[in-house]
Amino acid sequence: MSAKSSSRDLPRRLQPFAALALVTVVIGIPLWLVVATASKTTSEALDPNLSLPSQWELIDNLRQAFTEGEVLKALLGSMLVVVPTVVAVLVLGAAASWVLARRGGRATAVMYGFAISGILLPPAVITVVLLLRQIGIAGSPIGMVAVYTGMYLSTVIFFMVGFIRTLPLELEEAARVDGASPFIVFSRIILPLLRPVIATATILVCLYTWNDVFYAFFVLGGSGTSTLPLNLFKVASAGLYLNNWNLIFAYVILMTLPLLIVFIVAQRRIIAGITSGAVK
Amino acid sequence: MIVIFFVVPTVMNFIYPFTNWSAFKPGIQSAGLSNFRDIINDGTLVSSLKITLIYAVLVALFQNLFGLGLALLLERDTRVNRFARALFFLPVLMSALAVGYVFQAMLKPDGALNSVLSTLLGHEVAVEWLGSTTWTIVTIALVHAWKWMGLAMLVYLAGLKTIPEDLQEAARIDGAGRWKAFWHIRLPLLAPAVTFNVATALLGTMNGFDVVQATTGGGPARSTEVLNIFIFRTFGQGLYAQSTAMSLVLFLSILVLAVPLVLFLRRREQII
Repeated sequence: MSAKSSSRDLPRRLQPFAALALVTVVIGIPLWLVVATASKTTSEALDPNLSLPSQWELIDNLRQAFTEGEVLKALLGSMLVVVPTVVAVLVLGAAASWVLARRGGRATAVMYGFAISGILLPPAVITVVLLLRQIGIAGSPIGMVAVYTGMYLSTVIFFMVGFIRTLPLELEEAARVDGASPFIVFSRIILPLLRPVIATATILVCLYTWNDVFYAFFVLGGSGTSTLPLNLFKVASAGLYLNNWNLIFAYVILMTLPLLIVFIVAQRRIIAGITSGAVK
Repeated sequence: MIVIFFVVPTVMNFIYPFTNWSAFKPGIQSAGLSNFRDIINDGTLVSSLKITLIYAVLVALFQNLFGLGLALLLERDTRVNRFARALFFLPVLMSALAVGYVFQAMLKPDGALNSVLSTLLGHEVAVEWLGSTTWTIVTIALVHAWKWMGLAMLVYLAGLKTIPEDLQEAARIDGAGRWKAFWHIRLPLLAPAVTFNVATALLGTMNGFDVVQATTGGGPARSTEVLNIFIFRTFGQGLYAQSTAMSLVLFLSILVLAVPLVLFLRRREQII
């Protein structure tokens, strides 16, 4: 019996070491490459490798990437796009989900299927840009927000409808009997109950829009507005920066920091939020 | 009542066209078909579609293997494991473009990976990870999977948590080994997590762009040119008609894959 239990214990005792070794190799090496290279001088960083920088110039490089890469402007652009997108997606998504979840009938089912189709189907990116140009909002944050909202509304509706269906109908009926208008029922009863899904949706939409470069390139490319990833793309492909790995990686660090800070602060909630939607 | 029941769906109907309406435009235009003939005749359609599918399948495979492996390794709630999970989630937060640049630097012929391998093996290693027309697609699929495996891991961890402890206990008492218990009891119960992960990985990668653009830009010799890279390139060249045609191809191919998946997801939802 004791021999058997020790054979079960051995993997258990080795597990922390295996986990740490894997983290070091799989995450640590790429991460170290970024930090080490971002700390080197330009000539030393021409061939990025894992060696220690001969002198640490991380702060200087960060400063240079910050000013020359127009980080402040791009950060502003990213905020201008991400924040209104999240608000629009949540407001429209919550209202639409309430209707779709509470109304029966064939028409609603069809509409729901249509609404969530956007989770899987890709947006037709070129024609969206043409449409935006016709309306006159291509290249502006408004156009970008409209595209992102259209893209991620599906995901939000999918999560929210599933959640609202689990809420007891009696709550709403009681309020309605007491004479509350639909708007009051929605804002006082449904919205507060939706808080966990709202958290999940906010996280997901932030994660996707903050890092997106593909759609931003089509909608915002060549215009005055830029976002952080779009700017990284420009910086990294510009002749001036070619092979200036220290500045590229300094930019990568700057760009990742905001989300990283949010993650460290709200780690528990983020992990719970992401996983609660996926596995019921 | 009317405002919420009527106006909101209408507003939605105004927003949805931003994503879908325009996909059908090439069919309306009279010049539409010639674009398709062009991309079919010069072979780009078939090759890009093939590359995209191979890429998506490889990423879905790697991402789920890594994610499941990590979830099983880090399943117990210890301090070390929580720390490791957080670090494995870090790439998910990073921009895919940034990940691409990091690995472009790692995988250069004189880059970090080759120098580590050289030290380990004791002789010079100079593999051109991003320079092979056959194997580079596998390399970048691994990079893509590296970026997203943290998310797959979290979903699998959540799935593992839903499996009751006594089931495993019962299997152990019945004399099932670790491997047998996993294969026959836990894996089938993980099915919802597997579905979710495979579906999102497959369809997300079909629509992928950033990692490929940042590592290879579609090269060498266009051997990694997925559909979105083609769309991006032709758009940059001003060939809007060609890129819309390809965009429709992408839409249709995802539709073919997605419809069964949507039906499946909805059925699951109704059961629960």
